[in-house]
Amino acid sequence: MSNELIDFVLVSVALLGIGIYGLSVKRNAIRMLFAVEIIINAANLNLVAFGRFLPHSGGQTLALFSIAIAAAEVAVGLSLIIVAYRMYQNIDVADFRSLKG
Amino acid sequence: MADAVFLALSVITIGSAIAALELRSLIYGSIALMGTLGGIAGFFLLLDSPFVAMFQLAVYVGSIAVLILFTVMLVKRELIFKKIEDKRRKFVGIALMLVFMVALGSVIMNSGIKTITTDEPAVDFRDIGADFLTYYWPALILMALILTGSVTGALILARREDVENEQRTD
Repeated sequence: MSNELIDFVLVSVALLGIGIYGLSVKRNAIRMLFAVEIIINAANLNLVAFGRFLPHSGGQTLALFSIAIAAAEVAVGLSLIIVAYRMYQNIDVADFRSLKG
Repeated sequence: MADAVFLALSVITIGSAIAALELRSLIYGSIALMGTLGGIAGFFLLLDSPFVAMFQLAVYVGSIAVLILFTVMLVKRELIFKKIEDKRRKFVGIALMLVFMVALGSVIMNSGIKTITTDEPAVDFRDIGADFLTYYWPALILMALILTGSVTGALILARREDVENEQRTD
């Protein structure tokens, strides 16, 4: 195996940085969901990479659970976005202000 | 040292992650997100875990990306093509990203995992199946309940209460 653990971890760090940039800059609710997806995928990549290099089956098992839970999270998040869009006719998170103190 | 397949996959993954956040159209953005998720599946194949790669393709590229695409289609057209962001926050966000990447990257480069390599064989996916059905069976059942509950909750949340009859009147 020619790839080392550090390569995969660095790709994961890059994806995490891009996700943090998206979460902090974008105000579009769907794009913020994209950024969350990218961060979750960086975490899954870390899990599988460390599980491969230890080697231990726990990394892949935890990654599978994480993917399944992420699917549930996306379903709930998208339906929340649809409800908010129906209420405000917009997907800008700065306009969702009924909970704003 | 990394090989050519790894480099190509990382360019595809990181490039389409940036494109997913920066393309003007949300539809092209979600297609670029599909590229990121597929690239992660390629990394899983490189890491000798084909079961997780197939799961990633089936769940992420097959269902989550399509779900996002359908949600984007429900939104008004001028909102799909409008970029909603602050110019001032954009530079702060890029600076935050760079500081984060450099700091975390230098910590990782100076840590002990730089020298980790392995010659041991990969974990067989049959072991993962055995793990799921023996040690992790309560977690598996709990995950099934969570998935059922969250999908049912999503359907109830997105239900329209203001529609009285099936026929559209307009």
